[in-house]
Amino acid sequence: MDWSAIFLTIRLALVVCAILLVVGTPIAWWLSFTRWRWKFFVESIVALPIVLPPTVLGFYVLVAMGSNSPIGRWYQSLTGHGLPFTFEGLAIASVIYSLPFAVQPMAAAFSNVDRNLINASSILGASRIRTFLRVVLPLSVGGVVTGFVLSFAHTLGEFGVVLMVGGNIPGVTRTVSIAIYDHVQALDYAGANHMAILLMAFSFVTLSITYALNRRVWAVWPMHR
Amino acid sequence: MASGNSAIRDGRLSVRIAYRTSNSFTLEAEFEAPAGFTMILGPSGGGKTTILNCIAGLARPDAGRIALGARVMFDSAARIDMPVAERRLGYVFQNLALFPHLTVAQNVQYGIAKIPAEERRARMMTMLESFRIAHLIARKPGEISGGERQRVALARSIVTNPAAILLDEPLIALDNATRSKILDDLRAWNAAHEIPILYVTHSPAEAFALGERVLVLDGGRILAQGTAQEVLATPRHETIAQVVGFENVFDATVRSIAETQGTMLCQLDGSTTRLEVPLGHAETGARVRIAIRAGDIIVAGERPHGLSARNSFPGRVESMRREGVRVVVMIDAEGATFEVHLTPGAIDALRIEAGKEVWLVIKTYSCNLVEPSVRS
Repeated sequence: MDWSAIFLTIRLALVVCAILLVVGTPIAWWLSFTRWRWKFFVESIVALPIVLPPTVLGFYVLVAMGSNSPIGRWYQSLTGHGLPFTFEGLAIASVIYSLPFAVQPMAAAFSNVDRNLINASSILGASRIRTFLRVVLPLSVGGVVTGFVLSFAHTLGEFGVVLMVGGNIPGVTRTVSIAIYDHVQALDYAGANHMAILLMAFSFVTLSITYALNRRVWAVWPMHR
Repeated sequence: MASGNSAIRDGRLSVRIAYRTSNSFTLEAEFEAPAGFTMILGPSGGGKTTILNCIAGLARPDAGRIALGARVMFDSAARIDMPVAERRLGYVFQNLALFPHLTVAQNVQYGIAKIPAEERRARMMTMLESFRIAHLIARKPGEISGGERQRVALARSIVTNPAAILLDEPLIALDNATRSKILDDLRAWNAAHEIPILYVTHSPAEAFALGERVLVLDGGRILAQGTAQEVLATPRHETIAQVVGFENVFDATVRSIAETQGTMLCQLDGSTTRLEVPLGHAETGARVRIAIRAGDIIVAGERPHGLSARNSFPGRVESMRREGVRVVVMIDAEGATFEVHLTPGAIDALRIEAGKEVWLVIKTYSCNLVEPSVRS
């Protein structure tokens, strides 16, 4: 069993989820409440990773990070090394890749919160941030948990983007899905099977927990309209 | 009732708004609401809630000015549009909008989060006690009754010491007894605070029972405004009658009460005509207001006999005019003018014309007391 790949994968998924919570929540909030006419444009961009082949996404992320791009050069001048084929680069690519899986459930949950509750909060003198933290977020726990788990599971299983941006460096960018591919290439079917079963079992358990939790969330906080 | 904090009284609410909400609906309203209840009465879709939303800042009118005393909250000319959170208003929505995930205590304290914890709790308790819901403090909105929820919603708005209160049919789902109890509590609270309270309702009985001032709104326009008497006495505008529900409204004095019959005899002001009406919570000598629909009055060519209806008295046709398929007849009965609606067939059969002597017949239960109790 390739434990370093497993730990790396879990570490990557956790880092990505943490970043997505910080980055994705405001995007989801904005998407569910803006009345901007070009909003659909932003929605399309956020959803793009769902339909694009991971290789296409990975390719452009790689180009954007490369030493020929302003971003790549800026990062290099800041840290002394480039982004491609590093854990940081992999994390950034994964954040983009999993963004829709975090944003969409959260945006859906935010939009489901009764507008009257948000209006009532403003009338009672609460700022937008307080309204979000005290009213919208607690009533959207289900959506936030779903977004978190989906992006976690999605990051665990990604392959194409990792291969394009991260390559296959043990302990740095060699995730479980890459390790499985390696095992199969080496005709080590038993090794591939061990890791595949682990990944599948883990995904199944997380999803089950999410769905079970979500059901309880609604039972505990029924909406009274 | 103690307030726990001195309310900042800004004075009267003055509203002037023009707001085109769709191609087919434009709200144009101008009115002032002094301290006390101002009822906004009208059918649904007439623009009542839109007015409240404009005042609260949830909707932005195309033009106009909204001010509370000297504090301007909206002025299209001066480009003032105060954020909702800074307007310091209480607004109770029709669906109440209690936070379902917070307890009653957390709901009520929501709007006073900035004051010190100890004072905040004291103020909340005072408010809960005055609305008789202190025992519900740890419950969530889903765990209490409808009437209790209404009280929590009122308490949550009022505890912030708002400069004005907007109520959008807040008691619509309640039975009469619960409703009048809550209203008494609200009235008692406002006696000590004296801020403008705008109360939206589609029930004429509620509007005239509660309001010092009534504003009739339909199709986005104010058709009549003033004291209850003034509104009811406005020239008998077709739409007002429809909105208000009664074409005939009389002020009267209770002359005698027949407790066992469940009726009382009332003398109409400025007339010798007496009407037997259903028993209300009034004593002999009390002032009441009686409302009768024009279509509920029967006209007879001669003195009727053998009727169950208790009120029959002579009158004289003053005028008549045709309105579509019906004829509106004004009949004077010893100083009181009744509006009666008849069909053209009935007019022909009775040969009704101006100056003709007729008899009016009105059932006791067609006489509605629009002021259920004598508060004045």
